[in-house]
Amino acid sequence: MSILENAKQTAQGLFQAGMAKAIAMAPDSWIPGGEPDPLIRERHGHVGRPVSRIDGPLKVSGKAPFAAEFPMEGMVYAALAYSTIAKGRLSSLDTADAEAAPGVVLVMTFRNAPRMQPPPLFLSGAKAAGGDKLPVMQDDRIHWNGQPIALVLAETQEQADHAKSLIRVGYEVEHADIAFAEARDRGTDTAEFMGQPLHDEIGDAEKALQDAAFKIDATYTTPRHNHNPIELHGLTVAWQGDTLRMHDAQQLVAHTAWSMAQVFGLDEKQVVVTSPFVGGGFGSKSMWQHHILAAAGAKLAGRPVRIVLSREGVFRLVGGRSPTEQRVALGADQEGKLTALIHTGVTVKTPHNAMPEPFILPTRSAYAAENVLLDVQKVELDMLGNTFMRAPGEAVGTFALECAMDELAEKLGMDPIELRVRNEPEKDPISGLPFSSRHIVEAYRAGAERFGWSRRNPKPRSVSDGEWLIGMGCATGTYPYYRMPGGAARITLTREGKAIVDIAVHEMGMGTSTVQTQVTADRLGLPMDAITFNYGDSTLPGVIMAGGSQQTAAIGASVIAAHNALIEELLRIAGNDSPLAGLKAKDVGSRNGGLCKLDEPERHETYQSLLARAQRDKVTVEAQPPQPLETMHWSMHSHSAMFCEVKVNKVTGEPRVTRFLGSFDCGRILNPKTATSQFRGGIIMGLGLALMEDTQFDERKGRVMNPSLAEYHVPVHMDVPEIDVIWTDIPDPHAPMGAHGIGEIGITGTGAAVANAIYNATGKRVRDLPITLDKLL
Amino acid sequence: MIPFSYARASDVQDAIAKGALGGTKFLGGGTNLVDLMRETIERPTGLVDVTGLSSEITETRDGGVMIGAAARNTAVTEHPLIRSRYPALTRAIVAGASAQIRNMATVGGNLMQRTRCTYFYDGEGSHCNKRAPGDGCDALSGFNRSHAILGASDACIAVHPSDMCVALTALDAMVHIEGSDGSRSLPIKDFHRLPGDRPDIETMLQPGDLITAIELPASSIAANSTYRKVRDRASYAFALVSVAAALEIENGNVRDVRIALGGVAHKPWRAERAEAALRGKPAGEAAFLAAAEAELAAARTFEGNAFKVELARRTIVSVLTELSGGAV
Repeated sequence: MSILENAKQTAQGLFQAGMAKAIAMAPDSWIPGGEPDPLIRERHGHVGRPVSRIDGPLKVSGKAPFAAEFPMEGMVYAALAYSTIAKGRLSSLDTADAEAAPGVVLVMTFRNAPRMQPPPLFLSGAKAAGGDKLPVMQDDRIHWNGQPIALVLAETQEQADHAKSLIRVGYEVEHADIAFAEARDRGTDTAEFMGQPLHDEIGDAEKALQDAAFKIDATYTTPRHNHNPIELHGLTVAWQGDTLRMHDAQQLVAHTAWSMAQVFGLDEKQVVVTSPFVGGGFGSKSMWQHHILAAAGAKLAGRPVRIVLSREGVFRLVGGRSPTEQRVALGADQEGKLTALIHTGVTVKTPHNAMPEPFILPTRSAYAAENVLLDVQKVELDMLGNTFMRAPGEAVGTFALECAMDELAEKLGMDPIELRVRNEPEKDPISGLPFSSRHIVEAYRAGAERFGWSRRNPKPRSVSDGEWLIGMGCATGTYPYYRMPGGAARITLTREGKAIVDIAVHEMGMGTSTVQTQVTADRLGLPMDAITFNYGDSTLPGVIMAGGSQQTAAIGASVIAAHNALIEELLRIAGNDSPLAGLKAKDVGSRNGGLCKLDEPERHETYQSLLARAQRDKVTVEAQPPQPLETMHWSMHSHSAMFCEVKVNKVTGEPRVTRFLGSFDCGRILNPKTATSQFRGGIIMGLGLALMEDTQFDERKGRVMNPSLAEYHVPVHMDVPEIDVIWTDIPDPHAPMGAHGIGEIGITGTGAAVANAIYNATGKRVRDLPITLDKLL
Repeated sequence: MIPFSYARASDVQDAIAKGALGGTKFLGGGTNLVDLMRETIERPTGLVDVTGLSSEITETRDGGVMIGAAARNTAVTEHPLIRSRYPALTRAIVAGASAQIRNMATVGGNLMQRTRCTYFYDGEGSHCNKRAPGDGCDALSGFNRSHAILGASDACIAVHPSDMCVALTALDAMVHIEGSDGSRSLPIKDFHRLPGDRPDIETMLQPGDLITAIELPASSIAANSTYRKVRDRASYAFALVSVAAALEIENGNVRDVRIALGGVAHKPWRAERAEAALRGKPAGEAAFLAAAEAELAAARTFEGNAFKVELARRTIVSVLTELSGGAV
């Protein structure tokens, strides 16, 4: 980095630090969320009701079109060939047999692929969506084992698959850095996440640890994980004139449209990405090489292309969660007050992405400790770019931290819930900001009561039932409230009193369209059937990702902004005969199918009447919410208290989860039905993290050896007990609707709750995930 | 997938005639073969569908049971004769795969299942002597947690994945085979091969041979038989270790015993040493443990699978204890 760039960054850093301080110090009323969203007070509307999914009937009847189900005239099917070495060059690439195979339309390799720019790397710009920044099929270089080296297009999928198998490849192998431990021993660097170093220090934690009356100091390791949403990554893509049309499975439609435009040198508006239904995302449905290759192939072949990655293909070219090696050291006094909190360790990324697994994130706001040391080091390996996977950082970070708390509680002879309660911070320990909403103790109390925590025998290996040892454990889960810049929404109100909301957001199965229809109905004072919620289309307003559990807040803030604009516009056209004449927007709200003066609700006029008088068929407004300064003014997080009961077989070591309870503190719950599903889904993924998920990455070749759902284990139905879910339902006064996104919180804390229960059952402390039976024999 | 021809066999002789062509394979439920064809690991030029041949399950004259090779796995598990006389077989089959797969899979096909060694499956990216003799074995110093501890060779440490075959092995099943030279039958313990230096040859079948039936001999011991499978998740996972056993106790002594192990070898492993060590001994944990030790003394482990010895020992003892009616 040059001196000039250094200076620029320093200046920028100082400016940002100054801004952060100013925002932290500003009066609440200057900050978004300073005035609570009026919907928080609304208790008789649609919000909070267990409304069934609007798209449920479509899905169960098979009528919801997914990305790989859009038919196109003249469409061809794609298959990809992948490299089998981690680093080097293609010394030969013989495609003659593949080209001559029946039905083959095109074999694309670096030799004939169109010239394209590398994808903009996610986080490197406001709209960047790429999983890595490597050039795509532009030369003979191999960067990871599994990199696509040829795309075959054929009239049928079978023909494409067959032709792909006829491609002959030779390699010139170069030394690749693949092994985690070797790379770590050579040296590490401090990791950066979203432009900030993953390092925090308060006081002298190592010294405090030395001096502590009670302490634990342990290493926890977590393996690689791969994304396995039920819907394989796929898209149907066509060049229509100068427009690139993509039916995609996406959690970043607008980002992907812009990023594809950069790759192909197009105007952003020339790329249209739609994604009405997605079969699970979890961080994986961003932009990967198959998007670019399919579009390039469609361009070369002059025909629409459908590409669906095989399950193996998802393992080969969609990144997953990186392995971590974490140290947690805790020191406490006689009363269990933490005097030292150390959470450090190493993770893995590549030279061409920007995602070190940030496992200290949950620790930053977890506990009041006098001395804190948090640090993430990274090594870079020649592998597929890793990426965001449900609660990146928190999912594995809480495993280490919350197991350590359990270990410390035992040392202290203290109930693990009591230990956590004694270390509840009054304000954010790192940032010093006040919490916007933190009711974790209530969540613990309610969860303990319902789960029957008092029946737990704190002495390990003391409860059994025949062949089975029984144990209970608990752990804290946490995930931040995020709201990212880029929000925008359009509302069109018709003379019939219907409202259409347009916003480029996503429905990956979590219930967005249903929940946001409920919210919008309440906000506009309309019945749900008067609301049409349009989403999943890059041409709609907003650059909003369904990630970081931020979509709910982003939509909420955007619709608030558009609603305010709508009120302004309606008052502008209301005219002097309206009962609302002369009122200011701030004094007016939506009620009963129209507007009224807030403190004089009888001064009311329906939307129909307003538009009819103004002789308007419709009114359309579009607005952007303010920048998300609330996250710099308050420390905003969701929390959970997780309770687990396991049985472990004395003979075989088989661990099985028998009961689970998640007690959540995530602001107001907008729809208990869809929320319950999301919480449960997160917990189930957490059970997999605890007990079975494990990418077998062969460090001799950098190759994933279990790229299938037969060998890469996720929980099956029989592994999942009934999961009880409760919540505080206390609104966050500073979040739109008082709500937090809840997509990720469920997986956090789950792994530790399982591990702690297994310890209670067996007396064996397993600090290495997954906890398979061989570790319990 | 490589293009191939497809024909249905109308009877056994038709199947033999159609299967005589080089490169031809018989197709049962296809639950394993078709997967392997998709991966281009199996590359038959022709398939002869034998699912239309006998799928009957009938009692033999001497009180055994004959199962047509085309019988679906589910049909076997549900048959009253199997459930009452050979409970280990029903338990083994339902411990495998998923209901959908068991509905498709045939008994004959189950015997022909190939290993789930991930290096075997990785046709393009890994070395495997089973796919290509002489190519080398990446599992030896790679991921071998699920691999063999008994009877392996330096050429191959893969395991046979079947649950059903483990029970059949404990139950002394006979495999009936029809070939160009006529019919013959083999005890199932001799049907599969150890890897030696030709791990690509997995059974005693000659090219063109067709499995026509599995016969369970009449057996007094089989009624007191069971199957226990130990795996990484509650369902839909291959055995790390499994034990099929049958036990007959007379006056407190082991009169007769059958033990077969799954997940530990290139073939369903008949634990003859353990059986010999146990016959005539007083039934009890000490004898069961000694029997397990006798069998596992020859175990050779690798970096990932050393735990299997202890797991097998414990599971054998537990299963025998259960069959002896004693408490664990």
